[in-house]
Amino acid sequence: MEYGFTTAAYVVAAVLFILSLGGLSNQESAKRAVWYGIVGMALAVIATLVGPGAGLWVLSVVLIIAGGIIGYFVAMRVQMTEMPQLVAAMHSLVGLAAVLVGFNADFELSRVLAMDETARHSLEGFAAVLAHKTPVEVSILRVEVFLGVFIGAVTFTGSVVAFGKLAGKVTSAATKLPGGHMLNAAAALGSIILGVMYFNDVWGVWALFLMTLLALFIGYHLIMGIGGADMPVVVSMLNSYSGWAAAAIGFSLGNDLLIVVGALVGSSGAILSYIMCKAMNRHFVSVILGGFGGTSGPAQEIEGEMVPAEADYVAETLNDADSVIIVPGYGMAVAQAQQTVSELTKRLRAKGKNVRFAIHPVAGRLPGHMNVLLAEAKVPYDIVMEMDEINEDFPDTDVVIIIGANDIVNPAAQDDPNSPIAGMPVLEVWKAKNVFISKRGQGTGYSGIENPLFFKENSRMYYGDAKASMDKLLQLVD
Amino acid sequence: MIIGAPKEVLEGELRVALTPESAKQLQKLGYEVVVETGAGAAASFNDEDYEAAGVKIVPDAKTLWETANIISKVRPPVEAELELAREGQILISFFWPAQNEELMKKFADKKVTVLAMDMVPRISRAQKMDALSSMANIAGYRAVIEAGNNFGRFFTGQITAAGKVPPAKVLIIGAGVAGLAAIGASTSLGAITYAFDVRPEVAEQVESMGAEFVYLDFEEEQQDGASSGGYASVSSPEFRAAQLAKFRELAPEVDIVITTALIPGRDAPKLWLEDMVASMKPGSVIVDLAAEKGGNCDLTKMDEKVVSENGVTVIGYTDFPSRMATQSSTLYATNIRHMMDDLTPEKDGQPNVNMEDDVIRGATITHEGEITFPPPPPKVQAIAAQKKPEVKELTPEEKRAAEIAEFKKKTRQQVSLLAGGGILMLLVGLVAPASFMQHFIVFVLACFVGFQVIWGVAHSLHTPLMAITNAISSIIILGALLQIGSGSWLVIVLAALSVFMAGINIFGGFLVTRRMLAMFQKS
Repeated sequence: MEYGFTTAAYVVAAVLFILSLGGLSNQESAKRAVWYGIVGMALAVIATLVGPGAGLWVLSVVLIIAGGIIGYFVAMRVQMTEMPQLVAAMHSLVGLAAVLVGFNADFELSRVLAMDETARHSLEGFAAVLAHKTPVEVSILRVEVFLGVFIGAVTFTGSVVAFGKLAGKVTSAATKLPGGHMLNAAAALGSIILGVMYFNDVWGVWALFLMTLLALFIGYHLIMGIGGADMPVVVSMLNSYSGWAAAAIGFSLGNDLLIVVGALVGSSGAILSYIMCKAMNRHFVSVILGGFGGTSGPAQEIEGEMVPAEADYVAETLNDADSVIIVPGYGMAVAQAQQTVSELTKRLRAKGKNVRFAIHPVAGRLPGHMNVLLAEAKVPYDIVMEMDEINEDFPDTDVVIIIGANDIVNPAAQDDPNSPIAGMPVLEVWKAKNVFISKRGQGTGYSGIENPLFFKENSRMYYGDAKASMDKLLQLVD
Repeated sequence: MIIGAPKEVLEGELRVALTPESAKQLQKLGYEVVVETGAGAAASFNDEDYEAAGVKIVPDAKTLWETANIISKVRPPVEAELELAREGQILISFFWPAQNEELMKKFADKKVTVLAMDMVPRISRAQKMDALSSMANIAGYRAVIEAGNNFGRFFTGQITAAGKVPPAKVLIIGAGVAGLAAIGASTSLGAITYAFDVRPEVAEQVESMGAEFVYLDFEEEQQDGASSGGYASVSSPEFRAAQLAKFRELAPEVDIVITTALIPGRDAPKLWLEDMVASMKPGSVIVDLAAEKGGNCDLTKMDEKVVSENGVTVIGYTDFPSRMATQSSTLYATNIRHMMDDLTPEKDGQPNVNMEDDVIRGATITHEGEITFPPPPPKVQAIAAQKKPEVKELTPEEKRAAEIAEFKKKTRQQVSLLAGGGILMLLVGLVAPASFMQHFIVFVLACFVGFQVIWGVAHSLHTPLMAITNAISSIIILGALLQIGSGSWLVIVLAALSVFMAGINIFGGFLVTRRMLAMFQKS
């Protein structure tokens, strides 16, 4: 087959990919959209296999199927609470693949450059593309390979660390080696020097190899220095990187579909990171470098006391309430309480109460994580609201139940200009008539600051493990 | 432990501190409940009702005081009851400790723990046991009913075949709990209702009840009720003058005046003077809810109804809650029950007078032989502090100017971004070969498309978005597929590895996305 056919297939695939991302604008069209993506991918792979330049296609098909079987089992077995880990793990695969493909491009390039004129003409496929390059194009190719490998390597180790943190295999606290960000800066500088050397063909592939090691270190160290609750930003950033890596590789291979898809994925991840940062009112840089912004003065003094409440009081208030809003946080996912919460919701709704969920953009460890958990527990998505949709309704709400969330409902973000989280958009739960906070103990949230909400007069602390607490409530709500 | 309620001894007191309903709740807390025979009769709760609720009936007060460890009452105890009280007993009732110091001392000497229901601090957490509020609520309602009883006309305006009936005009002075209840009753009867209070922050509440708030033309900063525990405090002479002038202006117009102005620990302020009564229309009614503290009206006589020379009825009853004994007993008994709830955190029938608890500390006036009155101020404020002055509203011109400035800034930003990007692009074009630029155009356009498309993605689908972008970023498999046919074994191995990993990703990513999306169900 000719290039024309492959290119045509790529165009169709690209359009399908764009449609599949665009279809995620609402829950119903999304179900169709995923098929666009699948068809697009199938088309692209088949067109490449039958098109010019591909060899050993039996081996390719076997490997794809083998990978597919593993992918199938992983996708079917994974718990929804484990989604963040899974996404991080998949990013690492893309990153590693980008590194390997980048290296291959370099090997091929050296091989082709070593050949004489006649041998070059007999080449096929990718090697043939390389053979036709002018010296300037070869230089640009080196830059592209360098970028692809660099980003891919950072994505790879970064995702592995993110996976470890999300799966609880690595401590989720922010840890840095002595030297902190200076180490990262030094490694980045070293990479650039090695890049220049590679560009001028000093040390050849060894420069690329050393740079890869440095990039792997950067990925590891950068993500180790970021705490657990910033993971939504990290995961979406890695998502973005995996896209840019694909795009860079696309440039070096001269493959437009790779470029298009890489750019789509890259911008998708970038937008997600932007939304997450906006929701925490923090700069992207400050999230990546770890730690919260400095305080500009002493924190406001908190007056009042934390008053605990028993399950029967909570249940009694719930029975009397007409409108209820539930605010889930990462604590709900940790305690696996979503099924019980869903059951509770069902019961309350059966009694004609208006029960809704309020989701803060950074609740959980992955953008949209809470939505998926609630959907899995069969909570209908039309009662699951975004922050902006529901924030105005709190004053008319009888009961708010906060399950394992802290900073996203902290009134200090609005009231206390000296607070480290000042200016962060938060759910205004304290305006409701009764607020119950289901929490394991009196500790502070991720940002490590006190939450004045707990001391408000309409707040009651409902201590205990989220799942056990909700189970208790479920029995008492009639 | 046994909790008991005697029959009220004060003449004319019809309420009772325990109802069959509250007795059931108290039993859930682990208490045994006893009631003196006939205690609830005046409030329409007879002995059989109590017995049906598991309450033991005892024949007289003496036996009751002997059996019960905790006595709950409505009115402050009298000397005779002091005789019956014994060491270690807990007494819960209205007490007015500031006025009854002598009695308090005697109870302290007898080592009786007294919890005064009138001393429960006014914080939200204690609202459920705030008997003053629940009684004031009834008094406010009843005041309107009493006024109507003595008023010769309709409350509501009507146009009938026999002529037009103008609506009655009601002025309510003091918008506390009683005042607000009176406003509610009065507006729902259809009267035009005005309300006044020295605390301007209650204007919102008044208006939300359907009454009109009477504002004074007064420059001086008005007082902030939050500093005095949510109660009114004494006002300056200038303020008082402005207030009286306003009342004088209103007096000829209004048909019914209900005064509820009280300042804690002081005689009631005189707000409705003789000349105002004189200027009112004959047949008008004044109900003075402050009669017990001397009254807000000059003519008020405690516990009496008097008629002025010009035919204005002035009611000075002090037993409004008792006049609605069934209702007030029910609410009061519930207040007591909530108090017991807080006293019995373990629900084991053993009261725990926890002096660390703001509410219990406030209410306890004698404990273990000591007088513990007055309590320290509670740790939390009763009501929110007065709002700081709002930021000045912008004039339309200023708003417009701000909008234009904003627009200009945005335009400048965008233009400079575009110009910068364009120049950068041109610079790249100068050095880069055409083949690179072709791909570059595709890249830039794809970025733009990506940005546009992704902004439209629903927040709730961000996790599926990540999973699907993951799957499609495995498009890198194309690169590996193109390289796998190479001659070098190292390249083949690495490419094969890439194909394998991308294969996992493609299938895993798409399938998990599909699984997730299938879970999103509409209700």
